[in-house]
Amino acid sequence: MSMLAVDVEKRLGQFSIGARFKTAAGVTALFGPSGAGKTTLVNMIAGLVTPDRGRITIADAVLFDSQERINVPAHRRRIGYVFQEGRLFPHLSVAANLDYGRRMSALAADPAETKRIVELLDIGHLLDRRPGKLSGGERQRIAVGRALLMRPRLLLLDEPLAALDAARKREILPYLERLRDEVPMVYVSHHAGELRRIATSVVRIDAGQVAAVGGKELLDAVDADAV
Amino acid sequence: MLDLTPDEWTAILLSLRIALVATIVALPFGVAVAWLLARKDFWGKTLLDGVIHLPLVLPPVVTGYLLLIWFGRRGPIGAFLSDNFGIVFSFRWTGAALACGIMGFPLLVRPIRLAIEAVDRRLEQAAATLGANRAWVFLSVTLPLALPGLIAGCVLCFAKALGEFGATITFVSNIPGETQTISAAIYTFTQTPGGDEAASRLVLVAIAISLVALVISEWLARRAGMRFHGE
Repeated sequence: MSMLAVDVEKRLGQFSIGARFKTAAGVTALFGPSGAGKTTLVNMIAGLVTPDRGRITIADAVLFDSQERINVPAHRRRIGYVFQEGRLFPHLSVAANLDYGRRMSALAADPAETKRIVELLDIGHLLDRRPGKLSGGERQRIAVGRALLMRPRLLLLDEPLAALDAARKREILPYLERLRDEVPMVYVSHHAGELRRIATSVVRIDAGQVAAVGGKELLDAVDADAV
Repeated sequence: MLDLTPDEWTAILLSLRIALVATIVALPFGVAVAWLLARKDFWGKTLLDGVIHLPLVLPPVVTGYLLLIWFGRRGPIGAFLSDNFGIVFSFRWTGAALACGIMGFPLLVRPIRLAIEAVDRRLEQAAATLGANRAWVFLSVTLPLALPGLIAGCVLCFAKALGEFGATITFVSNIPGETQTISAAIYTFTQTPGGDEAASRLVLVAIAISLVALVISEWLARRAGMRFHGE
């Protein structure tokens, strides 16, 4: 059964995106060079960008269908999104950041689950702090925890390690590997090495189009954009 | 120390009440207008912006006179409000608050608008993906992040309201105990033989109130700023 099915078109000035793919559970890598339209594609899945035409479904739920005029707003999609820059709320403590999605989605408090995620990501010692002075790696772990705690049906990660140096990347990757069994993920990156560790299937995007769909072997057939 | 007469106390308390009420009542409108101007493009936006800023550039007497014509007992808006809701502005302290609120409105809106414009919209997107609808995004992300601007706007509006003279005296006159604010009282004393001493007492009070307001606002703004950058 396919988890996520995407078939969308969008024109942005000279650039046009036309992508069609399905994913199973596990970690689907959206892999391609910078500027290939990966982020726009993920924003369409999240509901932050509206496609011109097409259809997006998750399990059996329709999120977007231009023919049926369905466009579920972002706040009702229950899709967790970890942005490249974290985007933690600077005016809230780490604990309040983590709790934000649960409160806004009107889910019952679940201290046991919160504790489990906090331990999974090793962020227990940060709960009372504010995001302002945390390291990039700490911030990304909290962003992941915040997205997980809204109990999403899908987790989108858009270059979650791009803003981090090599040491920090090595620090975070094990945490992301632990998430593989938690929730289906779509993981955007132009970095083959990172994806080799975490991906279970690969969709290669080039110039706004799907160039290939397959397994990790697609990560080897690439040029130099990957380090 | 200052030895204030009961009449002077009345003028001081009345001024504070008028300025506070003007600021508090104007605030929700100010936030709404600031948000519209910061975030929406609509037909007549330039006109709205211009109308709001008009009290800043018009002679205050003109604003007061327009208020008198529209909000007076027999004015179209004033008659409607008094017939239907029993709200009377003319020659009442409420009228003074209205005049002060309108004079202070542009000063209230500007900092809030700038603060809302400065809020990182990507944070609002993040809030949406976490399940917040537009109203909650505004209340839980936009507004708290714009808080320093809100504080600055309120202080400016309050200060303007406290010092307002021309529009108020034109609209609601200078009635001791009802519409005679500190400014109006000082003016009256300067026109009265031997009133210099009373005038200078009130001048000192006005300086003191303004200083205290500035210190409080500085303190609030620093606290609000600290919340974003420290622990």
